[in-house]
Amino acid sequence: MTSATIDPTARKVPPYGGFNTTILGIEIKRMLRNRRTIFFTLVFPAGLFFAFGGTEGWNDRAGHGNVAAYIMVSMALYGAALTAASSGAMVAMERAMGWSRQLRLTPLSPVVYISIKAIVALVMGALAVLVVNVAGLAQGKPDMPVGRWVACAVLAVLCTLVFAALGVFVGYLVPGENAMQILGPGLALMSFLGNVFIPIDDHTSLIWHIAQWTPMFGVAEITRAPLTGELPWYAVVNALGWLIVFVLGAAWRMSKDTARV
Amino acid sequence: MTQTQLSQTGATAGVPAVSLSGVTKDFGDVHAVRGVDLQLQQGEIVAFLGPNGAGKTTTIDMVLGLSRPTSGEVSVLGLEPRQAIARGLVSAVMQTGGLIKDLTVRETVAYTASLFANTKPVDEVLANAGITGIADRKVAKCSGGEQQRLRFAMALLPDPAILLLDEPTTGMDVEGRRTFWSAIRRDAEQGRTVLFATHYLEEADQYADRIVLISQGRIVADGSGSEIRALAAGRSVRATLPHADADRLASLSSIPGAGVDGVELRGDTVIVHAKDSDAVARYLLTETDARNLEITSKGLEDAFLSLTHLHDADEGDQS
Repeated sequence: MTSATIDPTARKVPPYGGFNTTILGIEIKRMLRNRRTIFFTLVFPAGLFFAFGGTEGWNDRAGHGNVAAYIMVSMALYGAALTAASSGAMVAMERAMGWSRQLRLTPLSPVVYISIKAIVALVMGALAVLVVNVAGLAQGKPDMPVGRWVACAVLAVLCTLVFAALGVFVGYLVPGENAMQILGPGLALMSFLGNVFIPIDDHTSLIWHIAQWTPMFGVAEITRAPLTGELPWYAVVNALGWLIVFVLGAAWRMSKDTARV
Repeated sequence: MTQTQLSQTGATAGVPAVSLSGVTKDFGDVHAVRGVDLQLQQGEIVAFLGPNGAGKTTTIDMVLGLSRPTSGEVSVLGLEPRQAIARGLVSAVMQTGGLIKDLTVRETVAYTASLFANTKPVDEVLANAGITGIADRKVAKCSGGEQQRLRFAMALLPDPAILLLDEPTTGMDVEGRRTFWSAIRRDAEQGRTVLFATHYLEEADQYADRIVLISQGRIVADGSGSEIRALAAGRSVRATLPHADADRLASLSSIPGAGVDGVELRGDTVIVHAKDSDAVARYLLTETDARNLEITSKGLEDAFLSLTHLHDADEGDQS
């Protein structure tokens, strides 16, 4: 009774703050099992592409490719942003359910936890981009040089991090499952305003001036830059600005929340 | 930290499992914990007994490194709480939450297991917790009891030296409670220290080696089950005693060997609060004209109150 059989000196601390592929696998499997995620991130954007990608004038020139390619890249970005936002919103949901507190009783470091969530968001975003691009290939209308095509896809994936941060932020502001009910329509609205769904041709119009300030505008311009061959400086400022706003917002809500984990 | 580092000595024989010294915790203006000194020895089963809001959970949170004390020192096996957590030396089972609904039971255990450097095999833990049969079920579809067993399986994965339990048997039936405690007792015999929070005296008395009574953020009593029971087992003797004057009341409050805590007078009725009600009754019936004697037990809530009052009175004297 008095002799302890547990020897604390033999215990080790796990490497990399607890990062491991088992968690990554479980988290991705979990996302793929969620029907809502699958619909909104994989089926819906591809469906939108099929709906808009073949409309009149699809073969008009647009930069180094055609209009169908332009629409495909836009839809890929939209899908990836939606996926990343829902991944981000899950962080807040898991906190509400006490899972983060449970994880604080393990060696997992909070930074590693957020990193894993970011990787999952990127993987799911990449999947969304892949599906829309495969849809584009299958349909056969989009046309642009292969190198530019790949560059657009990679940029779309990277830009999703902005929306992963937005997801975390909104997840905290709107607790529970309602976060996606705000993020879904919200992102659609931002996509309309941000020149993603319908190209705004008249650069003197009021709507264009509003568009320039919305969160989807910058990332959309960046993602399509390899295709259009132009990257306005204000688009880069827009993307970086919103990234900073969302990351600060998420960090602010999170630090408030950890006052009593 | 004044404790010797484990890595330097390689021995932990004399190190307390948990040590708190002068620990306080404030949340804004609220003083949740007001100076706790406590040492738990390895292999002890200790009940943390107190009413809701006494500071039990706040103290446990500090032992787990979930929050830092406002002042004072907390160490676990001579380590900082977070270092002990990182080595899988401390586990806790919470009453609710802490599970993801859309994971399966096995995934939840595998997820947790992957986070520790040293861990028991997932299948063995599932079997020990009796949840192998529901391993592929989603957590959302598990009953409350099954979820509680899952939480235990997760807590026992790293083979912790210290296990903290917050109201562990809430919602369990008698049989479940008995099975649960015999398992805990077995683990303690192998050196595991167990600290459980509860507000049931019976549970604390039946299963703990030692009971620490906490009220309003302070430890008000610390001892074996029978010692604490004696505190709570104080009784009130009520009797009709006409014409009781100040002298009479003074004599009542100093009945030899009765351990009188207080005397109240309500009209013709006196109420004597005492540890030994027999002595009070004998005195009243033999030395006074008292009649209609009635003896009632005080209960734990009264014990908490009287202990807290005593404590406050002490403080008042000092200041």
